[in-house]
Amino acid sequence: MNSVNSAAAEAIITEAPWVDVCELTDLAPNTGICALINQQQIALLYSSRLDEVFAIGNYDPIGKANVLSRGIIGSIGDAVVVASPLYKQHFDLRTGECLESPEHKVNVYPVQVIDGKVQVQI
Amino acid sequence: MKQRIIVVGNGMVGHKFIETLLDTAEQDQFEIITFSEEPRLAYDRVKLSSYFSGSTADDLSLTTEAEYRDRGVIYTLNDKVVAINPDNRSVSTASGRTETYDKLVLATGSYPFVPPIPGGDQPHCLVYRTIEDLEAITASASESKVGAVIGGGLLGLEAAHALKNLGLKTHVLEFSKGLMARQLDEGGGQLLIRKIEALGVDVHTGKNTQRIEAGETCRYRMHFADESHLETDMVIFSAGIRPRDELARDCGLDMGERGGIVIDNNCLTSHPDIYAIGECALWQNQIFGLVAPGYHMAKVAVSHILSGAEQFTGADMSTKLKLLGVDVASVGDALAQTPGAQCYTYSDGVAEVYKRLVVSADGKKLLGAILVGDAEAYGTLQQLCVNEMDLPESPEQFILPQTEGGGAVMGVDALPDTAQICSCYDVSKGDVREAVQGGCADMAGIKSCTGASTGCGGCTALVKQVMDAELSSMGVEVNNHLCEHFQYSRQELADIVRVKKIKTFDELLDSHGQGLGCDICKPTVGSILASFWNEYVLDDKHIGLQDTNDIYLGNMQKDGTYSIVPRIAGGEITPDKLVVLGEVAKEYNLYTKITGGQRIDLFGAQLHELPEIWRKLVDAGFETGHAYGKSVRTVKSCVGSTWCRYGVQDSVDMAIAIENRYKGLRSPHKLKFAVSGCTRECAEAQSKDIGVIATEKGWNLYVCGNGGMRPRHADLFATDLDDDTLIKYIDRVLMFYVRTADRLQRTSVWLENLEGGLDYLREVVIEDKLKIGQELEDDMTSNLANYQCEWKTTLEDPEKLKRFRHFINSDEQDNNLAYVAERGQRRPATEEERKNNIPLVELNG
Ligand code: SRM
Ligand SMILES: Cc1cc2nc3c(=O)[nH]c(=O)nc-3n(C[C@H](O)[C@H](O)[C@H](O)COP(=O)(O)OP(=O)(O)OC[C@H]3O[C@@H](n4cnc5c(N)ncnc54)[C@H](O)[C@@H]3O)c2cc1C
Ligand code: SF4
Ligand code: FES
Repeated sequence: MNSVNSAAAEAIITEAPWVDVCELTDLAPNTGICALINQQQIALLYSSRLDEVFAIGNYDPIGKANVLSRGIIGSIGDAVVVASPLYKQHFDLRTGECLESPEHKVNVYPVQVIDGKVQVQI
Repeated sequence: MKQRIIVVGNGMVGHKFIETLLDTAEQDQFEIITFSEEPRLAYDRVKLSSYFSGSTADDLSLTTEAEYRDRGVIYTLNDKVVAINPDNRSVSTASGRTETYDKLVLATGSYPFVPPIPGGDQPHCLVYRTIEDLEAITASASESKVGAVIGGGLLGLEAAHALKNLGLKTHVLEFSKGLMARQLDEGGGQLLIRKIEALGVDVHTGKNTQRIEAGETCRYRMHFADESHLETDMVIFSAGIRPRDELARDCGLDMGERGGIVIDNNCLTSHPDIYAIGECALWQNQIFGLVAPGYHMAKVAVSHILSGAEQFTGADMSTKLKLLGVDVASVGDALAQTPGAQCYTYSDGVAEVYKRLVVSADGKKLLGAILVGDAEAYGTLQQLCVNEMDLPESPEQFILPQTEGGGAVMGVDALPDTAQICSCYDVSKGDVREAVQGGCADMAGIKSCTGASTGCGGCTALVKQVMDAELSSMGVEVNNHLCEHFQYSRQELADIVRVKKIKTFDELLDSHGQGLGCDICKPTVGSILASFWNEYVLDDKHIGLQDTNDIYLGNMQKDGTYSIVPRIAGGEITPDKLVVLGEVAKEYNLYTKITGGQRIDLFGAQLHELPEIWRKLVDAGFETGHAYGKSVRTVKSCVGSTWCRYGVQDSVDMAIAIENRYKGLRSPHKLKFAVSGCTRECAEAQSKDIGVIATEKGWNLYVCGNGGMRPRHADLFATDLDDDTLIKYIDRVLMFYVRTADRLQRTSVWLENLEGGLDYLREVVIEDKLKIGQELEDDMTSNLANYQCEWKTTLEDPEKLKRFRHFINSDEQDNNLAYVAERGQRRPATEEERKNNIPLVELNG
């Protein structure tokens, strides 16, 4: 009992708030856009085929520039990915891992769309 | 003590001998000395004519002085061997040198025979054998309007072709009744005359030139035995070759009755220390005027010196003419001189095709063949003949028109590994297979690795068949699928899109693909859609397919900012427009540079600045330069006839017309053009996808050149075109490329992989063999009608402009940008500089 309670307490403490970012209509189908949330650059990528929005860090650790929101969205096997517009490495939108060099990882953030509004948890 | 080998003559065969010897394990036992009478080391005489379509002496060279030095070959250029002294084993040269040898190799080749015609030794009466000869021809042609070639054999026709391309009215004068009399029978020779005349070369048969005197309308008048005459400004003799055997004759070696140094199966002359190889050698009363037998002799001589067993036992004399648009081939005993030989003949006067098969008395073996007008079966027939393979039941199917389901095709599997596939470069089936096993998987690879198919090109189809067969036997699926999402090649997808009128990526993915797509197939399909329908690329349907460069209509730089390249058609710009560029660059503090494409690039614009900057540029009359797209880049021009004292046409006007015509066209890869106002070629048109060079009479069109990573000289495609024909041909070439090229395949690589190569492209574009010429033009017209300056369209659409900011929810800028000053402008700071916090340039907010 105790342990369950403390875990729940912890969950409540770390549960970050959902931040309103923009309208879903601000995102063109199958493209990305960058948002500034809590002074962090977050790439929002919208797959209209999956009808799903993803959020990852915008900084490309290999190209060393804030560009991931401007990559092409696609799939490699089962992974949904974005290809960096600089040197074309693929980052998994669900895990943040770079498929070509897994030692490079970007942050992944939960996203939800409520009443047409895109919200990110950060 | 090393054995000393002296090689007299450093032509194709002499060089082959040296190369072969150096490649043996025993090479360090020899000291090799070679003398060349020419001012350079060996070069590719077979491809000599390409000198006229842009190849340089360097392109043709088979080796370099550095390579000879590195490999320890002692060479002397410009020095002729004038005497051999077999008794004390020495040779002496024109410059007075004497060298001794252990073995002597004569590889002196042959010289063009000039019949003793009075007046035949005047200036502008020339021959066609060396680079110097070609230089003399070029010089003479520049002062001539009419040219005549004496001799209608293989070489004569090549020479005539060259004169034609140099812009001369060209005549061929042949002594006998038909052309290529040594390779073709009367039927073939007659048809060939019609074909050559259709190219604009006048053919006169039965002409025996008697004297050359001063002319009335031209420099000379040629008088013939039948009392007719012809006026011409220059003459090229191509009346056969004679072996250069004078050295051998003077020192008493056995000679043939009509010349030639007699050799045995080891390529030894009548003296045990002296070999003769190549065109100077006479084997069983035959001279071989082709390079492949010479190469074989070189190998035999090396083998004999090393006590090997290889023998020379004759050679295949099959040939294919390497002339623009004319398919002519002759195989084996084409003239049916073997006793008992029987013939099949097929002749179609309407389609202008003539074919003949010569088979053995028992009908089982192919002895020879003649193909005029359609030489497709050449490779098959040549292999059947050389390998003495059994003929199928009804051999006539080889020359009858192909019916539905295909005629007789010989499976390459039936060939032994030793079968020579490319005779120009002596490449066997085994060599090609080895190259494939070593990793070559396309024609370009096979060509550079084995040399096969880079000579006359006659073997191309066969080489490809061997390559494909080997690839599939290695289990390599000969798979050209675009990516995991589409099991089709780019060309197949393009066909699907065009035929099914598919307008969006999603439609195509639903009907022919799987998964979500990726950064390979999306831009490719985006480009295909744009090539055929040319809709606004930032439309919601298409925007997700585009690379960032296409979405933001600029090239992304290393720090995530963009460059701005307005179109400056033909490189012509008014001072007012220059001022605008300067002012904009200054206002936004953009790094400014003149590009290699005759325009101006402004670097370092942030997303939110792009629309503001472009608004100013569009207002000043600029359009996007598509520097970001797989599309038309620049049409480089030289100043041309308006100012330049040598210009013969207005190259700037034409360049601007071409650039404005094709701007916006999306293609498998980028396209670069250039137009030069005269043959001095200041616009470097021969390095472009489409190159146009002015002539007195119009324009010469060059196609499929490339600078960049793997430079390729463009090929001369057609000559003296008027403006309309020029544009028509460019329309067709480009649309055919758009339809059939692979993703990211420049025109150069496309052409190299195009089966049938340049000749085929000419058939499609000039002769309209596929009957799609009009369709290609229509596709181009409707595509071009949809042109829009993407920046102008974007600026008019507030919705689209929303994307042009770094953050969707904030007006702040990317805080990761940092610049330092250099030579009065800014550039991105390096990581070092960022770490050391050296003074950065302020960015205007
Ligand atoms: C700006 C410029 C260099 C310069 O400062 O002069 C340039 C810059 C780039 N070139 Fe280039 N090339 C430039 C002239 C050339 C030329 C010279 C020419 O066009 O006369 C060539 C060789 C000619 C040719 O293409 O045949 C050239 C051969 C390449 C290649 C190799 C292409 C090939 O077939 O081998 C690439 C890579 C590619 O396209 O895959 C390339 C790619 C690039 C890219 C796009 C690389 C990239 O992805 O960032 C550069 C983008 C620059 C930008 O942001 O605007 N660039 N590039 C030149 C722009 C010309 C223009 O006005 O549009
Ligand atoms: C325009 C043209 C097109 C051709 N097309 C084809 C083709 O499509 N297919 C094909 O198989 N063949 C073709 N040939 C023929 C082919 O080029 C020759 O068969 C080949 O070059 C023969 O080689 P070689 O070494 O015997 O003679 P060469 O290449 O002529 O070399 C002989 C060299 O020896 C030098 N030399 C001679 N005497 C002396 C001396 N005393 N001292 C020093 N140097 C000396 C000469 O100057 C020359 O450089 C073509 C030839 C020409 C001219
Ligand atoms: S050569 Fe390389 S570095 Fe220079 S502009 Fe072209 S792509 Fe960039
Ligand atoms: S046979 Fe001439 S290139 Fe191969």
